[in-house]
Amino acid sequence: MDFNFSKAQLMLRKTVADFSENVVKPRAEEIDRSGKFPKDLFLEMTKMGLTGIGTEEKYGGSGGSDIEKIIAVEEIAKYCGSTAATLSIHTIFASVIGKFGTEEQKQKYLPVVCSGGELGAFALTEPNAGSDAGSARTTAIFDESKQEYVLNGTKCFITGGGLAKYVLVFALTSPELKTKGLSCILVERGTPGFSIGKIEDKMGLHGSETAELIFDNCRVPKDNLIGPLGKGFKIAMTALDGARIGIAAQAVGIAAGALDESIKYTKERVQFGRPISSLQGLQWYIAEMATKVECARWMTYRAASLKVSGMPYTKEAAIAKFNASKVAVEVTDKALQIHGGYGYMRDYPLERMYRDAKITEIYEGTSEIHKVVIAREVLK
Amino acid sequence: MKIIVCIKQVPNTSEVKINPETKTLIRDGVESIINPDDKNALEAALKIKDEKGAKVVVVSMGPMQAKEAILEALAMGADSAYLISDRKFGGSDTWATATILAAAIEKIGDYDLIICGRQAIDGDTAQVGPEIAEFLNIPQVTYAKELELKDGAVRVKRFCESKDYEFEVKLPALITAIKELNTARYPSVKGIFKAYEGDEELVKILTFDDLNVDETQIGIKGSPTNVHRSFVPVKEKHSEFIEGNTAMEKAKLLLTKLYENKLIQSGGAK
Amino acid sequence: MERAKVNQDINLNDYNDVWVLAETVNGKILPITLELMGEGRKLANDLGKKLAVIVPGYNIEEAAKVLVGYDVDIVYYVEHELLKDFSTLGFVEVLSKEVKKRKPEVLLVGATSIGRDIGPRLAARLGTGLTADCTGLEVDAEDKKLLMTRPAFGGNIMATIICPKNRPQMATVRPGVMARAKKIEKSNASFEKIIPELKEEDIRSKLIGTIEHDQKRVNLTDAKIIVSGGRGIKNKDGFALIESLAKALGGEVGSSRACVDAGWIDSSHQVGQTGTTVRPDLYIACGISGAIQHLAGMSESKYIVAINTDKNAPIFDICDYGIVGDLKEIIPALVSSIESGEFTL
Repeated sequence: MDFNFSKAQLMLRKTVADFSENVVKPRAEEIDRSGKFPKDLFLEMTKMGLTGIGTEEKYGGSGGSDIEKIIAVEEIAKYCGSTAATLSIHTIFASVIGKFGTEEQKQKYLPVVCSGGELGAFALTEPNAGSDAGSARTTAIFDESKQEYVLNGTKCFITGGGLAKYVLVFALTSPELKTKGLSCILVERGTPGFSIGKIEDKMGLHGSETAELIFDNCRVPKDNLIGPLGKGFKIAMTALDGARIGIAAQAVGIAAGALDESIKYTKERVQFGRPISSLQGLQWYIAEMATKVECARWMTYRAASLKVSGMPYTKEAAIAKFNASKVAVEVTDKALQIHGGYGYMRDYPLERMYRDAKITEIYEGTSEIHKVVIAREVLK
Repeated sequence: MKIIVCIKQVPNTSEVKINPETKTLIRDGVESIINPDDKNALEAALKIKDEKGAKVVVVSMGPMQAKEAILEALAMGADSAYLISDRKFGGSDTWATATILAAAIEKIGDYDLIICGRQAIDGDTAQVGPEIAEFLNIPQVTYAKELELKDGAVRVKRFCESKDYEFEVKLPALITAIKELNTARYPSVKGIFKAYEGDEELVKILTFDDLNVDETQIGIKGSPTNVHRSFVPVKEKHSEFIEGNTAMEKAKLLLTKLYENKLIQSGGAK
Repeated sequence: MERAKVNQDINLNDYNDVWVLAETVNGKILPITLELMGEGRKLANDLGKKLAVIVPGYNIEEAAKVLVGYDVDIVYYVEHELLKDFSTLGFVEVLSKEVKKRKPEVLLVGATSIGRDIGPRLAARLGTGLTADCTGLEVDAEDKKLLMTRPAFGGNIMATIICPKNRPQMATVRPGVMARAKKIEKSNASFEKIIPELKEEDIRSKLIGTIEHDQKRVNLTDAKIIVSGGRGIKNKDGFALIESLAKALGGEVGSSRACVDAGWIDSSHQVGQTGTTVRPDLYIACGISGAIQHLAGMSESKYIVAINTDKNAPIFDICDYGIVGDLKEIIPALVSSIESGEFTL
């Protein structure tokens, strides 16, 4: 039983914390207001190797595991949920290629997204296939004559979809087999027949562009199939198991950031002639928030640690994400309340944190779907 | 090309607070960092390494805890490092420190360029760099805000209050960096793994016995200057209203108060 | 070259006089020289020794001669073509020779970027201690040693440093802290020319050129003095007043959010929660009421001055000095007093 981080992990946390405070924090408000993905921050993260965590150095990665990955995501999320989400979701691409790709595919795609400054995306959701991912309608029919897959359909709510160089598209190669006919196909930006639809106008997470992807007779070579034919659903679910941990870390970071703001504010803000941190009512709020953040954090690292050591982690990842996202929503709500009128003003980051927190209960599986997963695991 | 960078581990003085009762420094919980100017010095060396290829060797004098700062420098991209540590070095002033560092640099040998930070935030003396240069008998340029290598020489724009100077000096030379020189990079993930999980051999320890240094010129006994006493400057919280019949009266009274507190200069404008 | 050593049991009585190293730019004496002379006079009197100022340069006689009109005993000017431009090693070479020859007891150097370049190299060559960036100097009443006081740990503590066994006792002295030397009617100062031995190869650096500073960019984080305007300046033109005071004090212009939102000034000047967090030595808040968003960015300033018409403005609760009044009257009064220097006591 070892709850300690290694020296390298502590140093990584300190490094990313410094980077977040000095580079990300000053940009967070502007990113939120402009709704633009901060490509320059992404390139900074690339330079530091944050985009390559979890991928071996021989493929252009930085080494390390999910633990290091979520350390980075958590620290960035303290100041900017959007930037953390971008990083967290971006790394799903590399983890899918790393796990299911051929040696050739790894050599071709991983260096580009890990250290080449390009974004990867993961496209599963469709207008009518949200929680019920198995009912996807996008097709990828194999054209024997040209040895190509022909994609048709629409994906929606795809983080970074409009910016990514490579998108992993989950499409039906055998529509009649339903879920068992789903495959994972890589589509490169600029491929004829692949276009970007609407960029969503979201409640929060404004700096992570969320796009609609349209495939209209989009042809990709046979070699773009990732993993075995018809195993797309399994690949997607495996990826989401891991991605949940990243979202949990993002939620933990947002909550921890809101807690930090609240601690600072209650010490500074004087009412009734003394700092409001001396009022027991507020002390109790802070204590409750701190407890929630601490629980959420360790559940998240516990899930990551299971994954890293190769143990089953589906249940733990689902519990961590379900809990951490709930904590993020509760803690940012309480933090905003502690800030009173100032919390409601855009001068302070609280209202942004509050908006950014909410998505963590929805994407990469809603809380309700997570309860289904947890119940299935617990009752099996 | 071998570049030696001198770094110091310092307490983050912007976090240092005064205990209002005992009037002493509260040092507990204050993080230790690489001195900021030294980070700029390291960045300058790493840039040369990136652009032209060089071996970057970090040297730091301090207690064994200073290894933390050295590991961070390695994570940023330095190739190897020396920690100069011995009880005999304790209590050294700038003279003695420069004596020890110069001896260490001579021991390492074969250097083309030495880059130091201009000054450390705990002492703010800006003396160790020039003193090392003197002891090694090499030219120096301090307060560097731009730096460029040119066959066998280094060209440096150095800050000066009135206008900047551009100097060229032949290698080997010693440069001191100010923060305008560059923005220090963050350690990379790979660098962190290399420094913290790699072999400890990246950091070599040099003690008194390893150096060719005169024992009478180091440590507290070999330091020409000593601290006679130290005290915490007490700032009274005035919250005082400046009264006067005219605007001019109020203005003069305010300026007098500011002058008394050494916030503005005598004789008016700078 | 044989390296100097310290603590060699030298005879301290061999050393006399208080020396000031003059700093010049383009053949003009810089104000720091007068500050060092003012302080040097006090020390020389306390020691019962002479005060000398040494001016290295080329064609420097005229500039050096000006110093004879101040309260000083000896003005040395060191004249050499190779001292035309600043070089560390050229200056250190001639100064070290003169110091070794004439043996001053105290040597004061300005804590400027030049003084702090020459000073340590000179001390290292001479084999003596140097105390950096002193803000207070006095002579110990008992044993006549020089007590050199300076801030350390980012100004959190003050340390008094001594250099008991080595001479000269050297200090670099922070500009702007010491009172300048006074002009005197009738001077008895001697004026001596020194022609040093200096060779081209002693210099070991080549001056390529000088570069004028860029047009000033706002740098609030590092500013020692910030003058900020708030809603109380009423309109865009109000910033001209703020700028005039900032200029007179050598400080930067800050602003509250209200003025930035109103388009009166660029957002790079904004101090506060959504702007820059600053901690200057002196923060002058003009027409700023002190909303919590603003206080969050400047309350760590060492000294805060508030000028406001509303005596109940919250800014007065956190300021060190407050003036209740119209900034349109107060600021011009401040500027004219600063420029005339009349406020000094």
